[in-house]
Amino acid sequence: MRIDTRKVRTDGKEKIRGENKYLEDLEFENLYYARTLRSEVSRAIIKEIIYPEMPENYHIVDKNDILRNEVKMIEVDMPIFAKDQVNYIGEPISLIVGQNKDVIIDIINHTKVIYEELPSVYSMEEAKANNVTIIEKENNEFTSHEFSIGDISSLNDCEIFDGIYETTYQEQLYMEKQGAVGDYKDGELIVYGSMQCPYYVKNALMHATGYNGLNTRVIQADTGGAFGGKEEYPSLMACQVAAATLKIKKPVRLIFDRREDIMYTTKRHPSKVFIKSYVEKNKIIGIDINVELDAGPYIGLSDVVLQRALFTLNGAYQIENAKVKGTVYATNNVFTGAFRGFGAPQTMFALEQHFNQVATKLKIDPFEFKKAHFVKQGQKTVTNGVYVEEIKLDEVADKLEKLSDYKNKMKLLDSEDYYYGIGVSFIPHGGGFTGDGEAEHIKAKVKLKKNKNNTVEILIANVEMGQGAKTALPKIVASVIDIDIEDVIYNNPDTKYVPDSGPTVASRTTMVVGRLLYKAAEKVKERFNEEEFIVEENFKAPDYLVWDPETFQGNAYMSYSWSGNVAEVLVDKITYDVTVKNIYGVYDIGYPIDIKLVEGQIHGGIIQGMGMGMMENMTSKNGKIEQNNFEAYSVPTIKDIPNMEFDLVINEYDDGPYGAKGVGELTLVGIPPAIASAIENAVNKEFFKVPVTPEYILEVKEYADRN
Amino acid sequence: MQIEIKFNLNGEDVSIITDPVRRLLDVLREDFKLTGVKEGCSEGECGACVVFINDILVNSCMVPMANVINKRVMSIEGFKKTKEFEVIEKGFLEAGAVQCGFCTPGMIMATENLLKNISNPSVEEIKEGLSGNICRCTGYQTIIEAVQLSVKEGGGLWKSNLTSL
Repeated sequence: MRIDTRKVRTDGKEKIRGENKYLEDLEFENLYYARTLRSEVSRAIIKEIIYPEMPENYHIVDKNDILRNEVKMIEVDMPIFAKDQVNYIGEPISLIVGQNKDVIIDIINHTKVIYEELPSVYSMEEAKANNVTIIEKENNEFTSHEFSIGDISSLNDCEIFDGIYETTYQEQLYMEKQGAVGDYKDGELIVYGSMQCPYYVKNALMHATGYNGLNTRVIQADTGGAFGGKEEYPSLMACQVAAATLKIKKPVRLIFDRREDIMYTTKRHPSKVFIKSYVEKNKIIGIDINVELDAGPYIGLSDVVLQRALFTLNGAYQIENAKVKGTVYATNNVFTGAFRGFGAPQTMFALEQHFNQVATKLKIDPFEFKKAHFVKQGQKTVTNGVYVEEIKLDEVADKLEKLSDYKNKMKLLDSEDYYYGIGVSFIPHGGGFTGDGEAEHIKAKVKLKKNKNNTVEILIANVEMGQGAKTALPKIVASVIDIDIEDVIYNNPDTKYVPDSGPTVASRTTMVVGRLLYKAAEKVKERFNEEEFIVEENFKAPDYLVWDPETFQGNAYMSYSWSGNVAEVLVDKITYDVTVKNIYGVYDIGYPIDIKLVEGQIHGGIIQGMGMGMMENMTSKNGKIEQNNFEAYSVPTIKDIPNMEFDLVINEYDDGPYGAKGVGELTLVGIPPAIASAIENAVNKEFFKVPVTPEYILEVKEYADRN
Repeated sequence: MQIEIKFNLNGEDVSIITDPVRRLLDVLREDFKLTGVKEGCSEGECGACVVFINDILVNSCMVPMANVINKRVMSIEGFKKTKEFEVIEKGFLEAGAVQCGFCTPGMIMATENLLKNISNPSVEEIKEGLSGNICRCTGYQTIIEAVQLSVKEGGGLWKSNLTSL
């Protein structure tokens, strides 16, 4: 087949018919259920746990049932079960395991935990104030980084603008809740789960249990959405069910109910971004940025999230002098983690909103103002790297202007009932791990197996989670070898059979893993007349990639995708309800492997970004998430969606399969600032936080009216 | 308390002995292994578990077994044997309206419910008809296209069985 032939999704039919198996649909003989006993307080020493008398065949599984009570992510600071102290509301203390769910709930309801409460930290301000220290590090700071280009202190006689920008929690709200099943058979520990990263889970299991690679096996069940929420969290649940199954030698299933999932699993980090910009002759020539993230009580992936938040901070622009600082704070709020965009949605909202506000104050059209700052090939990134690829931002902007009819729309006026507003954003997103991450940490390996019957099997650890990997990757392999896509087999990864091709994250699956498969497929094609064989391909960093992991200097990314978005809104003059009428997007993602899959990522990213921009208002009070169901936490429904139109700029990336770059995260990142800027344009007030809810608009308008 | 409950499931008369307050969702999934019916929220908010009870679309997580005595229940497993299903399936495949798939059987059932009531819906009517089903992946636009394609392909399939709301 040819790469530009459209193929319907390979997993479409079984999903439409409800025939594919998510974790909860898998059958196990003699299955035991587990439910989590959780901390009711945000920070306390556990003095005593009084369980009711346990009925026969019901078990408590806790910190004493595992060799190393640590979830291995990057660090090992998070326990699998609370040790002697709890550090956030909902922290798992133990599992109650048995065969009747009602009995388990009854046991949990009759369990009493005696706490000696300790003072807690509920915000980054409290963490900084340092009246209470909750981690063994100074000022409740997990990590802090700082770097610069040019020399901001040399900028004299500039006009200075500043703003403080904030984002709140966002919940991934994948439709399938988190879950894992542990099983123990013939000396082998097997964990099934809804997950993005089978080898993260395997490594965490080996660390926790002391089992080796040969008797630890992780199998991905069909995964009903993830969005980053199933990057690191499944490792915790896997270690818990492993402890249970190793204790009772029966299969044990832990699936959260929706309220648990919303309140206690990882979310997007709340952020605060301080920006001060230096303007000369209507151009921003210097910028001083300070980023703060709330990690909750354990570091998890937060330092890596901070790095991506910082490395992308010149946005789509050339800013010659920049000072960038970022800090991850510890709090006793729920712990935060990966979510589509991974730090970039927070800092790109801040930067884009700041550009919009500066342009408006300078009385320059924001579209023109941003265009005048576009970065070009050969110029420098904020980490002192050089943009080696061709940058087609001008083409993106031209197409966006035409597609959205921006110039004419700009002249549209308010109606009797509505304020009309239009906003624009331009966003880069680097594909793959940052810096030398792919080469030094991930070291992806893929295999292709040519079978006697002329089918070819993809052996990788990356998963289908809705994004279309089971269509895109077989399409690459089938196109290179020139066979039918139906002759390419790609089953859910089972670590017993697949090599570690790295996690399914960071917009790397098509770009990095797809490229390795492309190269492997070329080898298969050459030897296709041989009966049966396996080829292997290992990641090698491109020559141009220069990176110092100590100083964060060099090329933070192998390659960038780019987007331009225009949003148009109507704001009700009485209720301040916001209706998004149109969202336009133009994307440089290299080359689209399948236009329908790309469309799916674009539409899905836009609507999830719209949720972040104006609807999804998740808050924490005294360490407790205040929204715990679909009613209280409202994500966009079909009734909320705007008209969406998009176009692509083709800009083939030499080290991507058929020139493809990353797409999954980029599509979300530009939407919150485009909508927030459109609302600013509509009501003529500045907004510094997302989501921009009607209540927030009212607050800003009323404050302005009072003063 | 356990009682015998008889009802019609996907065209077959069935009977089980169970607690009448058990949720229909659990009985379908656990006792009849009909796992195309998905549990998304268990509070009647997301639409992943919808089934027809006497041709009315309901969230099966909100229905105690006592409410289905002597009624007709149809899940995706029954609906997938119909001509209407074939047309809707084609529409969803062509439009690219499926991603993670967890909401999809519910969306398919809601589409059937919409089309049997309004055989040629406007975009606004499609949005109204599918507003009880949450999808976190697609951004919904391709789902609207899928419904429109189904109408186009299905011809008079739904017109002939017009039932009132």
